[in-house]
Amino acid sequence: MSSRISIPHVLAVTRRNATMYKRTWMLSILPNFFEPLFYLWSIGLGVGAYVSKMRGLSYVEFLVPGLICVSAMNGSSFEATYNVFVRMTYEKSYAGMLTTPVEPDDILVGETLWALIRACIYGGIFLLVAMGLGLATPMQALRVLPVIPLAGLLFAGLGLAFTMSIGSIDLFSYYFTLFLTPLFLFSDVFFPIEERLHGAWLYVAEALPLLHPVRIARFAFHGAHDTGASWSVLAWDVGYTVAGSIGLLLWSSRAVRKRLLS
Amino acid sequence: MSTVVDVINVSKRYAEREVVHELNLQVHAGQCFGLLGPNGAGKSTTLRMIYGVSAPSSGSVKVFGLDVARESRAVRARLGVTLQDNVMIDALSPVENLEVFGRYHLLREPERSKRIAELIDYLELGSHANVPVIALSGGFKRRLAIAMSLINQPELLILDEPTTGLDPAVRLSLWTKIRELKSQGKTVLLTTHYMDEAERLCDYVVIMDQGRAVSAGSPKQLISTRVGRDAFEVDCSKEEELRLLDGLPGTGSLRSGARLLVYGPDLGALPQRLQAIDPERAYVMRRANLEDVFLAETGTTLEAGA
Repeated sequence: MSSRISIPHVLAVTRRNATMYKRTWMLSILPNFFEPLFYLWSIGLGVGAYVSKMRGLSYVEFLVPGLICVSAMNGSSFEATYNVFVRMTYEKSYAGMLTTPVEPDDILVGETLWALIRACIYGGIFLLVAMGLGLATPMQALRVLPVIPLAGLLFAGLGLAFTMSIGSIDLFSYYFTLFLTPLFLFSDVFFPIEERLHGAWLYVAEALPLLHPVRIARFAFHGAHDTGASWSVLAWDVGYTVAGSIGLLLWSSRAVRKRLLS
Repeated sequence: MSTVVDVINVSKRYAEREVVHELNLQVHAGQCFGLLGPNGAGKSTTLRMIYGVSAPSSGSVKVFGLDVARESRAVRARLGVTLQDNVMIDALSPVENLEVFGRYHLLREPERSKRIAELIDYLELGSHANVPVIALSGGFKRRLAIAMSLINQPELLILDEPTTGLDPAVRLSLWTKIRELKSQGKTVLLTTHYMDEAERLCDYVVIMDQGRAVSAGSPKQLISTRVGRDAFEVDCSKEEELRLLDGLPGTGSLRSGARLLVYGPDLGALPQRLQAIDPERAYVMRRANLEDVFLAETGTTLEAGA
């Protein structure tokens, strides 16, 4: 069998998407600036005015690390779902790539890399806006920076695994409405889950993928002391995110070969 | 002559449906080889197995002497494929699309730009080289698709229905390019359901029907051995057909509604016989072509002549 992954071919796939993005980035990047502004303004400064403290932090301070991860999740998810499906099914881009030395695993890794870059663009812009509003110091920004690609990787894996298993683009509405939206709402972004959930529900919550990057980001932002987090929880969160990403990508690797080589 | 493509006893099944059945074919270096057949005959599936994106259910495919199932990357580095659908990026220009494909083949600068300039010139894409593909005509897009498949200077060029849906002038110009590529020493493997295209371009053809190779040979050889030199077409009844063909040796006939097609090595007697039946009846007497072979091989109503 041909070698499964070739880095130059992976980069050629990623570069293809970057070439397309170069055409539209001016138009598509602008909403990325407004989205965090609206969130921080409405929920952080609006709702936050009625909340005295949350885990010892002001509400907006509590909110910022989680929303950075949500931005990374959104950037990665849109790329790994709708855009990959359109390239695969409607544009037949992958059929074209497979007439060249590019192999299915190169496509998968190239797309993952691109989803990761999109996550960094989304999450990075949120971070910049937060810094501009005085809600993140340069040191906090530096510490939280590696969490953005980590979150992007996990949601690239989830998005690609879902995309490779569906036959209709309409099913993405289920993914976004019934999967990503609950994650957004119940993953420690807006309130500390351990204060609202009890018993077995706390274990259920540990299965939620967004929870782990959010906790890592908050740890990176505010440290263990302010957030009540521990190094062992941090290790569990990093382990979950990395192992989950690898597991999902391995599964997607089988699925992408089955899908593209028929 | 060295063998470039060797398909050995290959079958392809999807669940219970067999789309290619025990196919054997060999494409030699420098040859223009045609896979002919109606839609659904198994031509595109055969091509997909040749360039390694579809694994045979049984049998094996070798290209350049390499097992495609094991060495698909190495095989695809040495061939070019023009798919039935144009797979270029609509928002990008021909030059940008060629750059993207050049990167898939790991072409580096300045070789990549040099090669792109050569292809833009060769396929006469210069007037719209920097216009988004979405604004180009069908013929222009097809030329670009062929240019993309030539970016790596392939030894084997695979063309899946290269002129389907194009107007006659564009088809003619593409045929010229394909002939030129062949004269440059490239091996060409094409599928088509246009028999005139196969007759003009191909040195050797295999006619496929329902996943099976039903006939193989050079177009001239197939015409002379399968249907003979002449073809005669006329509208007539069954009774008139019997009178027309009565005692005429070595002919075959095919009926489609009222239309009767007669094939044979010498049908010179038929106009006279028809005149005896109905002096006013219009008819066509012509040289037999590959389309007649195709109809004779795949038609369901082919009957032996008297």
